[in-house]
Amino acid sequence: MADAAPAVSARLVCKQFDGIEVLRDVSLDVAKGSTACIVGPSGSGKSTFLRCVNWLEQPTTGQILLNGAPMGVVPSPKGGTRPMTAKELALARTRVSMVFQHFALWPHLTVLGNVIEAPVHVLGRPRDEAVEDARRLLARVGLEAKADAFPHTLSGGQKQRVAISRALAMKPEVLLFDEPTSALDPEMVGEVLEVMRDLAKEGMTMMVVTHEMAFARDVADTIAFFDAGRVIETGDPKAFFTAPQTDRARRFLTRYGI
Amino acid sequence: MNGFAIVWQERALFLEGLWNTVSLVVAAIAISVPLSALGAVVLVEAPRPVARLARALIDLTRCVPFLLLAYVIYYGLPQLGLRFDAWWAGLVTMTLYNAAYLAEIFRSAWLALPKEGFEAARAYGFRPATLYRRIVLPQIAYASAPLVGGQIIVMIKDSALLMIITVREISFAANSINANYFTPFAPFVVAIGMYWMLSLIVEAWVRRVASGARLRYG
Repeated sequence: MADAAPAVSARLVCKQFDGIEVLRDVSLDVAKGSTACIVGPSGSGKSTFLRCVNWLEQPTTGQILLNGAPMGVVPSPKGGTRPMTAKELALARTRVSMVFQHFALWPHLTVLGNVIEAPVHVLGRPRDEAVEDARRLLARVGLEAKADAFPHTLSGGQKQRVAISRALAMKPEVLLFDEPTSALDPEMVGEVLEVMRDLAKEGMTMMVVTHEMAFARDVADTIAFFDAGRVIETGDPKAFFTAPQTDRARRFLTRYGI
Repeated sequence: MNGFAIVWQERALFLEGLWNTVSLVVAAIAISVPLSALGAVVLVEAPRPVARLARALIDLTRCVPFLLLAYVIYYGLPQLGLRFDAWWAGLVTMTLYNAAYLAEIFRSAWLALPKEGFEAARAYGFRPATLYRRIVLPQIAYASAPLVGGQIIVMIKDSALLMIITVREISFAANSINANYFTPFAPFVVAIGMYWMLSLIVEAWVRRVASGARLRYG
């Protein structure tokens, strides 16, 4: 049964900030090894939804399941649930890695230090092993020569590739990308998307909030189109990009020249 | 006899003074830095009422003249049954006084740090203790080193006031030589030289940390 469960399953997720509804009944399944791209206008709740997956935002109601196990709450024997303790939540979060729009690297640590930090100090893996792993991950994004550099000396594209290495070093079940190329100069977008394409090909499970429609069309297995806090279309990217079901999606795609 | 010859003759008194000043400063740093780091955590993260209480205590301590704080602790507290010898009273005074300033320095450095890294750490499963130890405090240390160095130099110079409560530190040594031999110039110049030397050591430390910070932050 666990094998059949989607890597991520969101069920009727609602989120309100101070009574303002930002997500309403969002349901989405992401199959193991697949890539889901979350697209839609700014302010439609895409990022908030992504942040619900690793509980950086707590859904007001609804459920997130990671490979069948609920995130953020623990089923109690009498039925119903209780919130996870801080310790349980921290542990659950190690199963999901996140790549942020503004990189969010730790500036006081070297590139290598950034990549091994959480594996060593959160997962408790032996340092040597983590370093070896980190060098391999940095090599695959073409940054092995930068291992001892500090983040502020890197370009935006390099920073984001380091951030992806940092995310992979946790060996996560799911990788979340929150607009990973939105803060980059246009010339640097390609190098980051290329790394993400490779990951998708290798069967990494990914959820990507993005405005890169070409990437979404080519790489996604599933598209979720958000508008005003709801998912109003989901499904196959080909269908979505060639024959969107809703007017709203059609108008949205027109702005991208699609 | 030449004043400097007298100082040399009384060098044991001066060395004792230097030792007491250095040991007080080092001990006060060793206690007040962790105490004030904790204070900064309370100021920034604690629930409102607790943070307010900490804020009030810190402001109060910062608004009391150092000398009066020393008086109250050395002469006042014994009335309440709490008796320290002079060195310990000096240590308590220096620790409290500096912890209040350092907490304020750490708090402002913290508020100026970019927050994305903290959120990333939470997303990667850091629990608060590890988050502070590995991510928050090291960055605060780099950001606040110059101000902390300045505060330590103030503390070194403030320690001279402890002579009033009979701590046998550098100024006490200089003063007692002057009192016994009526030769003010040499002992006070030597005392000034010692404070200056101690401050230079602190400056050298600040420069080292600052170059580490430049490496990291450009």
